Amino acid sequence: MDLSLSTRTVGDRTVVEVGGEIDVYTAPKLREQLVELVNDGSFHLVVDMEGVDFLDSTGLGVLVGGLKRVRAHEGSLRLVCNQERILKIFRITGLTKVFPIHTSVEEAVAATD
Amino acid sequence: MATVELRFSALPEHVRTARLVAAAVARRSGVDEAVLDEVRLAVGEACTRAVGLHQSSGISAPVRVLLIEEEKQFSIEVGDEAPRTAPGEKVPGAYGADDPDAESEEDEMGLAVISGLVDDVEVTAGEHGGLIRMSWPNTPPAALVP
Repeated sequence: MDLSLSTRTVGDRTVVEVGGEIDVYTAPKLREQLVELVNDGSFHLVVDMEGVDFLDSTGLGVLVGGLKRVRAHEGSLRLVCNQERILKIFRITGLTKVFPIHTSVEEAVAATD
Repeated sequence: MATVELRFSALPEHVRTARLVAAAVARRSGVDEAVLDEVRLAVGEACTRAVGLHQSSGISAPVRVLLIEEEKQFSIEVGDEAPRTAPGEKVPGAYGADDPDAESEEDEMGLAVISGLVDDVEVTAGEHGGLIRMSWPNTPPAALVP
């Protein structure tokens, strides 16, 4: 199992669909993708985590780094996740207060606050 | 006391192997299915931390993982050989040297995840390296059914 990444544009948002395992080995690929998007001027990101089987603190670090980057451009980074095993990691680290977490891509794309 | 020992070169790509082996041995020793996700995550965090410490200290020795089946509990020990003169202090090295603060934050986050996940955890470190020991209750199979 590796990490899969694909991006698409929905209105002014860029949806990054992530699949597989985000860990110390694969997280740099996600970091590169997020950095590249921000460098190319995409500041409103929706990271769809529905296809993620595993996420560790390295992955959380990359997401926090992404959030920091888009915020520097007054952008946003929203997550889509319904999986309890993944949500639990955000809860125990207190990151549910940092990231807006949505139940669907449609909801995340429509969100404005 | 049955033990499985795993040693791997301090490379990020091997952390996944350690997770898979740990989860397989934990399942076999009777750790509840619902807890296996936690075992997988916790051992991954501990190994990630050990890999980072070995790389930043330039240590070529492998990271050591012990999977210990006991009567009422299943334990995992993840040992590194990175010397500390004080807890958390690191020797500068190649890995992440351009951004040492970020690395140390990730290290802290890994420990935060472990302590949030595992009730029974001990973290020790000394001049010869560090050790994270984590335990979970288990129910060993009563008998072998062929």
